[in-house]
Amino acid sequence: MTLVADASLRLDAGFWDYTLIAVYFVFVLGIGLMARYAVSDSLDFFLSGRSLPAWVTGLAFISANLGAIEIVGMSANGAEYGMPTMHYFWVGAVPAMLFLGVVMMPFYYGSKVRSVPEFMLRRFGPTAHLVNAISFALAQVLIAGVNLFLLATLVNALLGWPREVAVVAAAIIVLSYITLGGLSAAIYNEVLQFFVIVAALFPLTVVALDRVGGWSGLTDGIRDATGSTEQLSAWPGNELAGFDSSVLSVIGIVFGLGFVLSFGYWTTNFVEVQRAMASKSMSAARRTPIIGAFPKMFIPFLVVIPGMIAAVIVPELAQYKEDQSADAGVDYNDAILLLMRDLLPNGMLGLAIAGLLASFMAGMAANISSFNTVFSYDIWQRYVVKDREDGYYLRVGRTITVVATVAAIGTAFIAAGYSNLMDYLQQLFSFFNAPLFATFILGMFWKRMTAAAGWTGLVAGTLSAVTVFVLSETGALDLPGQGSAFLAAGVAFVVDIVVSVAVSLRTAPKPATELVGLVYGLTPKENLRDPRDRDEAWYQRPGLMAGIALVLIIVLNIVFF
Amino acid sequence: MSVSGHRTRRAGAFDIRIVIAALFGVFGLVLTGMGLFGTSDADLEKADGININLWTGVGLLVAAALFALWTWLRPIIVDAEAAAGAGRD
Repeated sequence: MTLVADASLRLDAGFWDYTLIAVYFVFVLGIGLMARYAVSDSLDFFLSGRSLPAWVTGLAFISANLGAIEIVGMSANGAEYGMPTMHYFWVGAVPAMLFLGVVMMPFYYGSKVRSVPEFMLRRFGPTAHLVNAISFALAQVLIAGVNLFLLATLVNALLGWPREVAVVAAAIIVLSYITLGGLSAAIYNEVLQFFVIVAALFPLTVVALDRVGGWSGLTDGIRDATGSTEQLSAWPGNELAGFDSSVLSVIGIVFGLGFVLSFGYWTTNFVEVQRAMASKSMSAARRTPIIGAFPKMFIPFLVVIPGMIAAVIVPELAQYKEDQSADAGVDYNDAILLLMRDLLPNGMLGLAIAGLLASFMAGMAANISSFNTVFSYDIWQRYVVKDREDGYYLRVGRTITVVATVAAIGTAFIAAGYSNLMDYLQQLFSFFNAPLFATFILGMFWKRMTAAAGWTGLVAGTLSAVTVFVLSETGALDLPGQGSAFLAAGVAFVVDIVVSVAVSLRTAPKPATELVGLVYGLTPKENLRDPRDRDEAWYQRPGLMAGIALVLIIVLNIVFF
Repeated sequence: MSVSGHRTRRAGAFDIRIVIAALFGVFGLVLTGMGLFGTSDADLEKADGININLWTGVGLLVAAALFALWTWLRPIIVDAEAAAGAGRD
């Protein structure tokens, strides 16, 4: 992702804007300090002592994902593609989140594992575990660096600070609250960040809608600019998927984005799942992604719609949308920033900047806090220094947080030199998730699946995704838009399943007694219930709430069809 | 992993709701003040005639009050059973 970093984006921040930003950072650090007093052992540090209420973990669940890529990237997609961008939320996130809460969470939370790789270890043994733990840890440090780089670019463009200063300042802030308060500090800050972002984007959206002349003003503007109404309805989204055929486009969106890519991301990515594991009971863990699904379906109205409006009312961006020339001096990624520049007076401007900075830092904090858990529990404690007292691993966690932050600063400086490289890396890491989901879902429901199948399926699936990606990058496969990402994920999924089944049939399965709590059918119903959940109200029942969310998402798709 | 010895459990560190209320309260006061006293015609023009600082400020103050009210009506109760058994393996 690149921002056009010239003076046209410079915001005219004044004394009160800086005051609001400063107040926000005092709160961020204050949360780190206060959370410090709650950390008395490693489980407190890495999983918040499994004590948080569901609404807190639920908001943190979506906040961890509401980083730079989401806000800048999705408003950019809104400006470029219009309503089909909604699919990233309604098809590409909510169904997978509901599936995680209803089907998969009982196994994650009920088996008492402390990380997603640890589930891998219990189900498939050390080889699959090592593959998963190392690839995850590596990806998190690199992605944390990307988030840091984006943050620095933004601060540089908006406020004119040198990038190096912004990188180091942001890293120090994140580092201090996570080393102090661990996951609790990260999660509480994510909740705070969620509300600050909504408080910033909601007024911006209202003003922008008013300026463009309401909903009809927006639709007229986009129809005039694009000469069609294609960007005004969510389906079939040909432009987004990159397929000319509407049938292929719908299949691509539903299967590629909606099934393989999003289920892979939301159900196996420990950055997300860790938030649910920190909750206080089985029901709270299951409700975490389900509660998150409700705000998730309405976030696009605060992200995609402003992007669409920006392409109508900001003259430079409207010109760019018309002729795609570099003369405009802006591109789609600048959409939300241009809107802030043009519409917000001092005061609101400070709140909006604080919201954006908050979101970018939270993205990085989420990467770091999941990294330190996997590194300490899954790599260090399992393979390097075993059987030490708990306080030792707590110290390891704090130390490795510092190391990871320094590594992220390094990655950020590399990213500054090779911004395309980082784009590719990020895409590559998203491919790790597709085969992971195939392995998990097969492993959870098929007791015959063997340890050897676990790691061979994973490796074969990842390699095939990388192959498709390389083929399309070199031009051997010609798919525009998001088509190649959808195809790569789909191929990875299928190859993983085929290899896993083939290998399973030729190797010996684990004995059934070792699979209790990990595999559906071998796990007694009582294992999936929690005595602390006896007095649930109707709104605390995961199944019912997931059903309501599903109905809402279908209604939204029909309304904006 | 075993956790040796007894541990004292506090009510989930602290209540994030009161932190949100405090932050929104401060933001709300600043923005309402700017909306009432610091809004020029140029600012109004920018936001299409809406005094956005004032409206957001008032909205934040209301949100702050609601969070404070929620904290006050439903305080965190330390669940002895959960504290003793919660996932300590």
